[in-house]
Amino acid sequence: MSSDHDTAFIDLRAITKRYAGVTALDSVDFTVQPGEAVCLAGENGSGKSTLIKIISGVEPATEGTIRIAGQDHPTLNPRISAAAGVMVIFQDFSLFPNLSVAENIAFATQLSTHQRFFRSRSARKIAGDALDRIGVQIDLDARVESLPVAQKQLVAICRALASKAQLIIMDEPTTALTDKEVRRLQGIIRMLKEEGVAVIFVSHKLAEVLDVSEKVVVLRNGKKVAEGPASDFDTQSLTYHMTGRDVPEMPPSDVTAGAQTLMQVQGLTKAGSFADIDFELKTGEVLGITGLLGCGRTSVAKALFGLVSPDAGSITVDGKQVPLGDPQAASLARIGYVPEDRLTEGLFLSQSILRNVAVGRLDAHSSAGFLNMQGLTEEASEWLRRLKVKAPDVEAPVKSLSGGNQQRVALARWLSRTPRVLVLNGPSVGVDVGSKADIHGIIRDLASQGIGIIVISDDLPELLATCHRILVMRDGRIIDALDGKSVTEDDLAQRLAS
Amino acid sequence: MTNLLPKDFWSRNETLVAGVIILFCILATLSDPRFFSITTVSDLLRASIVIGILAVGAMLVLVSGGIDVSFTAVAVVAMYSSTVLALAIWPNIPWPMIFVISVIIGAGLGAINGFFIAFLGLPTLIVTLGTLSIFRGFLLTFIGSQRISNLPPSMRDFSRGVLARGTTEAGNFYSIPWAVLALVFVIVLTWFILRKTMLGRSIYAIGGSVESARRIGINVKWTQFFVYVYVGALAGLAGIIHGAVGRMADPFSLVGLELSVIAAVVLGGARLIGGYGTLTGTMLGVALIVIVQNSLIVVGIPTTWQSVTIGILILLGTGIPAYRAKRTAAQAG
Repeated sequence: MSSDHDTAFIDLRAITKRYAGVTALDSVDFTVQPGEAVCLAGENGSGKSTLIKIISGVEPATEGTIRIAGQDHPTLNPRISAAAGVMVIFQDFSLFPNLSVAENIAFATQLSTHQRFFRSRSARKIAGDALDRIGVQIDLDARVESLPVAQKQLVAICRALASKAQLIIMDEPTTALTDKEVRRLQGIIRMLKEEGVAVIFVSHKLAEVLDVSEKVVVLRNGKKVAEGPASDFDTQSLTYHMTGRDVPEMPPSDVTAGAQTLMQVQGLTKAGSFADIDFELKTGEVLGITGLLGCGRTSVAKALFGLVSPDAGSITVDGKQVPLGDPQAASLARIGYVPEDRLTEGLFLSQSILRNVAVGRLDAHSSAGFLNMQGLTEEASEWLRRLKVKAPDVEAPVKSLSGGNQQRVALARWLSRTPRVLVLNGPSVGVDVGSKADIHGIIRDLASQGIGIIVISDDLPELLATCHRILVMRDGRIIDALDGKSVTEDDLAQRLAS
Repeated sequence: MTNLLPKDFWSRNETLVAGVIILFCILATLSDPRFFSITTVSDLLRASIVIGILAVGAMLVLVSGGIDVSFTAVAVVAMYSSTVLALAIWPNIPWPMIFVISVIIGAGLGAINGFFIAFLGLPTLIVTLGTLSIFRGFLLTFIGSQRISNLPPSMRDFSRGVLARGTTEAGNFYSIPWAVLALVFVIVLTWFILRKTMLGRSIYAIGGSVESARRIGINVKWTQFFVYVYVGALAGLAGIIHGAVGRMADPFSLVGLELSVIAAVVLGGARLIGGYGTLTGTMLGVALIVIVQNSLIVVGIPTTWQSVTIGILILLGTGIPAYRAKRTAAQAG
């Protein structure tokens, strides 16, 4: 064990961090060897972000010792940490959308040499070398804003490499990537490790990075609850350690025999995004729609709720035609839509939790233009209780909640309107493992009450855990319809990518 | 041929604005052949000097992600106080000294903006709206509200200095004043700062994302502070040139021009969200605004239509690229 500490690039011992009486980290030991990839797992609030902040020098530790590359650092700040080769790639990549790829990669390096003048040729060389190192070609003169997400991430990695990174910390590296891009990232990580660059993945979507990691460290409530070789862990055991409870993902129960057709979609077409979308949804059925980013799944989801206006086709609910391209008509037909991007499309972030739920029911609780506040409040509170929203105060703004709880608030709003059909776009994007399982549980419950649910997602385990049938889309068309019970994850992944 | 052009040539604001300018010149020449002459060019050039220098400053602020509406007040305060100061203590002061004093006063006032914005972190529009009012009010209350037409003699000398002058065959007089060199100097200096120094690149970086700039170790506060000081200095220079060329120190002039200047910069492709803006675009924007202000009459549009035309140009000039960007984004999503 002691030799571990001697050779380690990062060696934290007995790190404790307290914020105003709250213990965020409790005597955590943490080491990273050169060229090692470590998965740092934990739910929101487990202390993983705090640990990263301490390593990168953003926050001082309350107690404990920090050694980087064999050197003690009683005081650490972001500059010292960066100079020692610790680079953090934040989830938003921290790039400059208005500058070229070359400048984005070279900027930090050129700043660190304290040069006064900008040399565009040397910036291009620095950037070119970094891109060569990971074997990627990106136009050096392209503006970063014009790049797809996966390439932005590569630019961020190159920037870290150009700054002589010895350790790259990646926050949620795979959330925005497709399967193919994840595989490319894995290849690049392997290459970096061979060159002796260490990597820490901070994630709650772990299956994808487990393959390339040597070690897994799990935090829960500020304590290290598990540590070991990555080969000892699988999704199930990780989830267990992260949540402290078994969260079995049960496949959905069968649709009741003889269930009626609830919704029928025929020939839905919009030039440039999707074409000839046909499907049926029965009462109590959960239907998955999947496909790679850009396959048109989000446009279809929006079209079902009238947010996108299709050129042709029809949607009927309970045999009645729903006018296309009109969200109000859709909601009158009792179709509900929970968008993927809760933050910008779904919730009023600075408004209270209660108001966010109640806003969908203003009409039902008003008479002669006046609101019955009491009835409104009671009903909203009831839904928050039923969905187990963990909130200290229903008057607190929604943005103070964790991702999982925000998603429940969005769900509560729609459920209070007793929908017949619920369209969930990416129901667990940005939600931690425990809450995710809870949300899946809620989906199953709702289905058993006879609501028809459409889940739009590229999270394959999620689809398998919730859906009776799965439609696969590519280039705007449905290319496969699969039975949720008989299909395996690998099979599904192949159909997506092929 | 197409290889010589940048990839986004046809979608750039610069191209659009240059196209409108060329179109206007063709129309103007068709309706009055005398429009196409060196006299017109020298008139327009002279009208562009002050607004051009101010626009370069306004562009820099927009690139850094802020907005400054106080620069006209800075310009008039710097111009008027340096003139008053010169007349009081050294009437025979050489003109470069007055220019330096005006630039220093401008930079000092800019530093006040910079202090509130960079070090106290207040919103730029609020700060500069406030200082616009304060600077001008201070000038009229404490320094003077009388027009001074009796300028120090050296300033008159400056305004007489010309690079070229002459009479066209048609008998029209033209002259290109020294002051044009000031505009050229400001453009070259600013080009150098923006393109060739880390400071300049940092200004673009901050405009692109303040948070990212902070994370990679850019000194955001000092960079912002520099921007406002520099803009103040440019305003001081523009102010004194305005006074010298107009041969009068008028405390009521300049203020009110700020929105036209910002309009010119926005027409040239700078975005209000920060991070985008070029000198070429800014100068084209200035040229267009100046042409509209001075030559609309030539193509038969009454001068009362000036501001309507400028408004339409802004809506189209910034609206078309924005609409196009939105459509491509919608198609990609």
